[in-house]
Amino acid sequence: MSESAASSPLAAPSARHLSPALHHQFEDIEQQRDAGNFGMWVFLATEMLFFGGVFTGYIMYRSLYYPGFAAGSHGLEVNLGAAMTFVLLASSFTMAMAVHAARAGRRGMLLGLLFATILLGIAFLGMKFTEYSHKWHEQMVPGLNFHPSLTELRGAPEHAVELFLCFYFFMTGLHALHMIIGIGLLSVMAILAWRGRISCEHYNRVEVSGLYWHFVDIIWIYLFPLLYLIGGRYK
Amino acid sequence: MNEENPSVETYIVVFVALLILAALTTGIAYINLGTLNTVVALAIAAVKMSLVGLFFMHLWYSRGLTRIVVLAGFFWLALMVLFTLADVFSRSWIKPPGP
Amino acid sequence: MMRLHLIEPAGALVQPETYNKLFTMHGVVMVFFFLIPSIPATLGNFLVPMMIGARDLAFPRLNLLSWYVYITGAAFTLYALISGGVDTGWTFYTPLSSHYLNTHVITTALGVFITGFSSILTGLNFIVTIHKMRAPGMTWKRMPLFLWSIYAASVIFVLATPVLAIALFLVGLERIFHVGIFDPAIGGDPVLFQHLFWFYSHPAVYIMILPGMGVVSELVTCFSKKKPFGYIFIAYSSLAIAVFSFLVWGHHLFVSSQSVYAGFISSALSFAVAIPSAIKVFNWTATFYKGSISYQAPMLYALGFIGLFTMGGLTGLFLASLATGVHLHDTYFVIAHFHYIMVGGAVMAYLGGIHFWWPKITGRLYHDGWARFAALVIFVGFNLTFFPQYMLGYLGMPRRYAVYPAEFQVLDVMSSAGASHTRRRLLDSIRLSSLVRPLWTRSRIESLERERPGMGDAIAASHR
Repeated sequence: MSESAASSPLAAPSARHLSPALHHQFEDIEQQRDAGNFGMWVFLATEMLFFGGVFTGYIMYRSLYYPGFAAGSHGLEVNLGAAMTFVLLASSFTMAMAVHAARAGRRGMLLGLLFATILLGIAFLGMKFTEYSHKWHEQMVPGLNFHPSLTELRGAPEHAVELFLCFYFFMTGLHALHMIIGIGLLSVMAILAWRGRISCEHYNRVEVSGLYWHFVDIIWIYLFPLLYLIGGRYK
Repeated sequence: MNEENPSVETYIVVFVALLILAALTTGIAYINLGTLNTVVALAIAAVKMSLVGLFFMHLWYSRGLTRIVVLAGFFWLALMVLFTLADVFSRSWIKPPGP
Repeated sequence: MMRLHLIEPAGALVQPETYNKLFTMHGVVMVFFFLIPSIPATLGNFLVPMMIGARDLAFPRLNLLSWYVYITGAAFTLYALISGGVDTGWTFYTPLSSHYLNTHVITTALGVFITGFSSILTGLNFIVTIHKMRAPGMTWKRMPLFLWSIYAASVIFVLATPVLAIALFLVGLERIFHVGIFDPAIGGDPVLFQHLFWFYSHPAVYIMILPGMGVVSELVTCFSKKKPFGYIFIAYSSLAIAVFSFLVWGHHLFVSSQSVYAGFISSALSFAVAIPSAIKVFNWTATFYKGSISYQAPMLYALGFIGLFTMGGLTGLFLASLATGVHLHDTYFVIAHFHYIMVGGAVMAYLGGIHFWWPKITGRLYHDGWARFAALVIFVGFNLTFFPQYMLGYLGMPRRYAVYPAEFQVLDVMSSAGASHTRRRLLDSIRLSSLVRPLWTRSRIESLERERPGMGDAIAASHR
């Protein structure tokens, strides 16, 4: 089983559609795209397990300390949370449209949509930062600045509220980290698109970035009800 | 694979649906449904996740292998959660011997 | 170092704090930086494309990134080692690691966390390559058995490693912010860490052994000059091991205040997970039957694997059984058990694989006589080191202790003799010379046939 490509019939130029975008290890662009997507899906499966660890802890402690979790949840700003949800959903839409544009080979549209997605992502992060600073001013940051008032505790034990807030900061923080990475990734895509390196044949990189971005959106889709809406908001 | 490309109309419809569902989740939180609040919120989240996954992430148009990867991810996550919770909640069922 | 220290009941060499650091770093380096990556990275990267008829892996640059990430992680861990080490044990249990220690937990955990990504990317690469890049006609059931094992190990890489990453990440956060989700002061449960940690670490031990089993499947086939007996059983048992391995992590938590029912279920499932491994051993044995056996060095390693892995595996049943497992927990019995599998198994397979594919990788030949001698020396030294540890554990000597009761001294000295510096140095030098020697002679595969009739055919046949 010799490694030399020249002797393998598969490498004969006439048998392969040679495109400048085709990497040497693949037979054709279709296999390359397929492998790229599949690879990203496998990576997303790892991300499911990664976030899954904190979700496991969350489910466990929410069952054990429900009043504390509900009390902590009521202290979060639902309006901001809802706004962030809308922003992320919009960014998912622009991302999906960006992939569509890349596939159609429409560079201008692709660039515009990538910028829109990035801006929406930055808006999300801005709102998250605002939330964190509010929490800091309310002195509700575990470990660094945690002095809850009685109204904030709402009758629940202090340690349970602190535990909830640990989860709040860890989960949204991890999510925000992934958003930052995603924005970085999309910026690279934008630069590549600007330089004309994304074509209707070679757009898999955008597609794969899109998958990552949608996944981060899905995480938030779950974080919103799980963190902000525990026990409902009827008072 | 030309069949893997949803139309712009599909994207718009899904997006609008997602916005409606997000508004619904937020709105229902203000109504007192007792324990159902959580159930409804998570159910809506599941629908939103499915919409994003199926249409934005093209799972609707994907071949079986990709779907198996997704299902495997969920299944393993469920395994981790269930076994851990099984431990935590069965601890009180039997007390170790002693005073 | 550890064995030398344990020659005396009161400890002969180092302070107890230093001893703690020694066994921790030994565990961290051996598990995360040697056993997990060894066969997949060295033999896997080389052989996977070849064996399926692809030009390269699916993502060669990701592969390179994997290497750089590994080096980065190793640099952090090395830094931790040099600047004083960690003494939590390689298992980083909370609240010791998250709260009470002031050694370099974060640096080491960061090193391991980073290296975890190297594993994930390698596993990802293999999965995509094996699914998407098989040559036309290379169906799943025609693949060499090594690939089935690598595939199964890759599935574990991808699904288990992220959980280790998040567990260590959370410990790091708890250390930095002095509060976290494992902190009993706010109602946290330290055992949650153990659940997350062992959810990875139990499947991890199967990551360490599955590629070795794949290598042994290849070696057994080649050196009996027969097709593998029960190919489909060996193939599917690899997948079965991968799946089952995720169900049994509770057996590490028998004495952790885990519920008895969870222990019960873990124990039963742990017995079940031994079955696919046994299936492999039976099939290898059946492959030998009426085969034309030749005893070159790789074959000696394969035989060593089969014997020692079986012993290690059987002792695993003592540990899986709840009643005895509770008594043997954290004793030298456990240490002997996993060293039998990891050294007697995985390392033997690794050495066998390196010897077997050495001519293919380098185009040079090693001196088989010396290699065989080295294999025997390793086998004897290994057994002398670790067999007494079974007895020590059964008699009650705890693990990770820098001092021990005087009644255990005889067995401890025997174990230390096996591991002694001179012996190790001897066999190391033999191994090195057996591999280095061929740098003098630039023999190539064609001349192999002259020197060892049948070997060239066997190697070719093994790659079908």
